Amino acid sequence: MAVFIDLLLNALVIGILLGGFYAALAIGLSITFGLLDVVNIAHPTMLVLGAFIAFLLNSTLGIDPILAGVIATPFFFILGWLIYQVYYNVFEKSGAESLRGLAFFFGLLFIIEVGLVIQFGVDHRLVEAPYIGESWNIIIGEEIDVAIPFRLLVAFVVASIATLAIRAYLTKTFFGRAVRAVAQDMMALRLMGVDPIRVKRIAFAMGVATAGVGGALMIIVLPIEPSLGRLYLGNVFAIVVLGGLGSISGTLLAAVIIGVAESIVATFFGPSWAPAVSFGILLAVLAFRPEGLFGKTAGAH
Amino acid sequence: MTRNLTNRVRVWLVAGLFAASVVLSGSFATTAQAQNKDPIKIGFSMALTGALAGGGQQSLLAMQIWAEDINKKGGLIGRPVELVFYDDQTNPKNVPGIYSKLIDIDKVDLIVSGYGTNLIAPAMPIAIEREMVFMGLFGMDNNSKWKYEKYFQILPAGPNPAVGFSQYWFEAVESLKPKTIAVIAADAEFAQNLKKGAVTNAEKMGLEIVYEQNYNPKTADFTPILRAANAKKPDVIYIASYPNGSAGLVRALAEVGTDAKAVGGGMVGLQFSGLMAGLGPMLNGISNYDFFVPEPTMDLYPGAGDLIARYQAKVKADSLKVDALGYYLVPWSYAYVDILGQAVNAVGSLDQDAIAAYIAKTKFTTVVGDVKFGPNGEWDQSRTLVVQYQDIKNNDLSQFAQPGTRKILLPGDIKTGDLQTFGSLRK
Repeated sequence: MAVFIDLLLNALVIGILLGGFYAALAIGLSITFGLLDVVNIAHPTMLVLGAFIAFLLNSTLGIDPILAGVIATPFFFILGWLIYQVYYNVFEKSGAESLRGLAFFFGLLFIIEVGLVIQFGVDHRLVEAPYIGESWNIIIGEEIDVAIPFRLLVAFVVASIATLAIRAYLTKTFFGRAVRAVAQDMMALRLMGVDPIRVKRIAFAMGVATAGVGGALMIIVLPIEPSLGRLYLGNVFAIVVLGGLGSISGTLLAAVIIGVAESIVATFFGPSWAPAVSFGILLAVLAFRPEGLFGKTAGAH
Repeated sequence: MTRNLTNRVRVWLVAGLFAASVVLSGSFATTAQAQNKDPIKIGFSMALTGALAGGGQQSLLAMQIWAEDINKKGGLIGRPVELVFYDDQTNPKNVPGIYSKLIDIDKVDLIVSGYGTNLIAPAMPIAIEREMVFMGLFGMDNNSKWKYEKYFQILPAGPNPAVGFSQYWFEAVESLKPKTIAVIAADAEFAQNLKKGAVTNAEKMGLEIVYEQNYNPKTADFTPILRAANAKKPDVIYIASYPNGSAGLVRALAEVGTDAKAVGGGMVGLQFSGLMAGLGPMLNGISNYDFFVPEPTMDLYPGAGDLIARYQAKVKADSLKVDALGYYLVPWSYAYVDILGQAVNAVGSLDQDAIAAYIAKTKFTTVVGDVKFGPNGEWDQSRTLVVQYQDIKNNDLSQFAQPGTRKILLPGDIKTGDLQTFGSLRK
């Protein structure tokens, strides 16, 4: 029994922490895809770019990866700003964003990936930090030992702070409310004298800017190589959809649900079932709540 | 003005996408020496991006060094050699299309495989259908079902590779007198073949298998898997993993720990420079397979040391973004094309039947010593090493170029160290 409780507690703790990490990967997409309807399929690859920047600053200057991620954030904000400018002028303005816009982000994904291959090569990269490879053990009684890997704890704490900060920004500030208004009714916003394109541009840049810290968390948790983004493409979209399009806290909760489900299944039923269960949850939720866990119903838009 | 700007942006975008697609589809033919005769084209797919690219890139460079060498000597049957290759992106789905293109459009004369079991498997039916000689690079038991007589592969795992590959690891851990074992394997062709062999060896040794699970390649964190395995209290843990999983499990071992006395066996990727340097001291205690390590007893491959030195010099001189050391694949990638070349020269033509018959009956002298193929085109004897990571002090790559960090436990005649329990080598 003690062994079972030990495994269960560990699976729950790891699952919640892993969920925080998944949230960090998905949060930017929750803004760009969830709120703004821009299908940025290059987002996971931008995270990999963020991870390589963290690697570069860590391996050459010895900067902590999280700090490196913070340093890279303004760069990603500008990158996002420029990308949206091109996307709007070339595709969205003429109403050609659906298929050609998708092709644009697909192309962007490849350009970033090839750029990374040329600059860094294809080897797996890791970073050094005092909290990688160490864990915090909470011992209860004689047989229960909950090990919390520091790298996952750091990822969880940073991801939670980032998610809550973005949520607060979008709900409490004027500009944040304008972003949500853009998602609901662009025309109404225009009538209020606000330039919806400017709002969307800044919001898109914010979504892309999360790739700075998100990428740093990625390289803390996993070894990275340029094509890694493609592996997590399905997962991050699944989390955003599960959480409900446009809901930031829904994304965090969905990420934690997926993390806990994967961890419990990997512990008790075998790791090969973990992805099937995650996508099973997504299908089940969509069957009963097509708008996702925290999404607004279609009528509200 | 806006319209013009938009059009200009469009042109640039299209140009950018076109450039990217050209780079990605990557037809990079090596420049053969200027000779008047038509070159002999050798076609293959290679993992130049994706999870196995760390191996694929070093293989390609080794093959290019071979092509340079052979062209300097006058080529094959008096014709220069040209390598024609495409990036399979470590994605088996890309492989059949690549080989069809190589044979039908590029009209290559000879084909060899890309790196790794998962990328060899989808090319097998095409090679068989076209009745071409097919040289395999690190294939794990790819031919056991096909039994194709023109397939020969260079992974030195012996005539029964799935079992032969892990045989020495089980012999090495026998000294610890284990009774129980946990087996963790990636959900992929290579790892599954390896797992089957490991289970056979475990049963032969009378070990009780207390945990046997596969993991998905997308797994982000391996601590739950290791915990579940630890809960069954195995004496040893056999792992058959690909690079992402290998790194994830090594980190999980550092964080969660284990009471198992030996851990490792079939972990791909721990031989790559990037992962060795990145994981550093976390590797201490892991016992794993390998094929070539810089230990003093490795002089049984007299040509390999010189080849690796040339490879390393080339990487440094041209600032190439490939594996800086190249121990893992360089000698073998050079050897598998070299064997094909030796056979073509000996036969004096490109007759596939004659080349295959010659390879099947001949003992070749190569940079990896003498090579003789047995049934199913596998080696007639196993030369897989079991090494243990010891005395790794930091994340400096140069220590892995020195003897002592990967001690050879088996085969006995080239042994440089004894197996120590996993726990005794951890901090």
